[in-house]
Amino acid sequence: MNPDILISVHNLWRYYGHFCAVREVNFEVKRGQILGFLGPNGAGKSTTMQMITGNLAPTIGQITVGGQDLFENPIEAKSQLGYLPEHPPLYQEMQVIEFLKFCAKLHRVPRPQIPQALERAMEHCGLSHVGKRLIGNLSKGYQQRVGIAQAIIHTPSVVILDEPTIGLDPIQIREIRNLISKIGAEHSVILSTHILPEVQAVCNQVQIINQGQLILNDTIQGLLTQMKTTQLIIGLRHPPELTELLQVDGIEEVEQVDSTHFRIRHAAEHSPAEQLVEQSVTAHWGLFELIPEKRSLEQVFVDLTQAEEPHTTDLINKEAA
Amino acid sequence: MWTIAAKELRSLFLSPLAWSILGVLQFIFAWVFAVLVHWFLQPDIQANLANHPDGPGLTEIVVGNLLDWMAIVLLLVVPLLTMRLFSEEKRSKTLPLLLSAPISMTSIVLGKYLGLMGFFFIMLLILMLMPLSLLLGGTLDFGQVAAGLLGVTLLLAAFSAIGLFISTLTAYPTVAAISTFGTLLLLRILDWAENTGEQTGVLTYLSMTQHYQSLLHGLFDSQDVVYYLLVIALFLILSIHRLTMERI
Repeated sequence: MNPDILISVHNLWRYYGHFCAVREVNFEVKRGQILGFLGPNGAGKSTTMQMITGNLAPTIGQITVGGQDLFENPIEAKSQLGYLPEHPPLYQEMQVIEFLKFCAKLHRVPRPQIPQALERAMEHCGLSHVGKRLIGNLSKGYQQRVGIAQAIIHTPSVVILDEPTIGLDPIQIREIRNLISKIGAEHSVILSTHILPEVQAVCNQVQIINQGQLILNDTIQGLLTQMKTTQLIIGLRHPPELTELLQVDGIEEVEQVDSTHFRIRHAAEHSPAEQLVEQSVTAHWGLFELIPEKRSLEQVFVDLTQAEEPHTTDLINKEAA
Repeated sequence: MWTIAAKELRSLFLSPLAWSILGVLQFIFAWVFAVLVHWFLQPDIQANLANHPDGPGLTEIVVGNLLDWMAIVLLLVVPLLTMRLFSEEKRSKTLPLLLSAPISMTSIVLGKYLGLMGFFFIMLLILMLMPLSLLLGGTLDFGQVAAGLLGVTLLLAAFSAIGLFISTLTAYPTVAAISTFGTLLLLRILDWAENTGEQTGVLTYLSMTQHYQSLLHGLFDSQDVVYYLLVIALFLILSIHRLTMERI
């Protein structure tokens, strides 16, 4: 068994009655990875996370955490996990310090090390000055931080965060993202979200789940190359006829944006930018702007999730037949 | 397990509910106690008792009646305290914290149960100070007091186990409270249906009242103790089972 693989999920299925929430999910998380778990609402992100943390039993499937099977040795497996569910599990009537101390004991942090663990987690999450306050009186952002502190207090090897930045203001979101990167340096992190820039900002591995199925599992670099340029915007002071533009090598489609701007679609492997510049000089088109347009992560996401839909209905039909 | 028990006990005392229950109970039992002592000291009662050498004594009249009253009041109080054990965790979505921690379901259930029993133990301790104050001017039959105390402890433990199980069934604390109250009341009056003749049937055995009464009169019957232990074990196991099944 590779010691660097901290979580391995094999052939995971989950039904709620007849509704299949997660179908045939397989993946691995290695040490030092920050895995972004993406998907539209109701795609099965939370269900998968609940299964990995032992809150929900899968219908079929095998999960190992740090080499320990979650169902055969649940206690050993769970001791390596830190989990922040969608709703942070906080006791409103407790003080922050008191609550975190309880969590540390719950996760069997040896008694002499508790003060140290408390201090470290509170400093990491910027909670040092609210330690004595009641959790119920804290703002949503601070409660979220207490939730994260609770998940890292016992220095687990894997931290699982379910939509950690939901409902926070932009400054807090940035702080929490910094915090996640910090945690990622020491632990592995699985992070679910439907906010795409968040994945770009903090993750180094991306998984997209849609209708219970994994449809993409790639590094962030891999995803960025998927977002390769296929469009150019050019500005011409004396534009020629559209047909003339179309004759330039590599151009597949031209669309007029306004009187001087054109959107040009071209093949991914061959950019016509150079040709366009040469042509414009010789034919006096008066080129003053040439901007490659990037496909955003959002577009990749929409393309992937929507392209998959006919495919999944096919599957369902096959199963029905 | 002890971590959960300690936390449960602490958070009980952080809530005004526990304090108000302690206060109200103390007041009510002080009243009952005073009335009982006053009644016992009346000249005609004293004269009456003096004529019957094997009639009830101070322990029987004051302590026995007090504990009997306690059983009725606890019927109302236990549901209020057990309702929050799991219903509240479910409602405020804090259960995942316990479920994803490296502890078994058995420890979670036992921890919560022991925490609550700790509270009841403190409560009984405070309430028992009143009958013990009788020692200032009289003598008590300690055997009978101990049997009564054992009875009330077992009764509380059984009530709590039932309440704990019911609170695992619902996410609404009030629903848990009213269902627990109904169940406990039913268990108390179950034997009424068989109140016809000499012989007692299965309903009387199931009813809590009979088993309690004999302990109150200082009669230690292992059958009664086993009855309570069985009820406690049954409902704790059911709770563990119920919470495990919930994940599926």
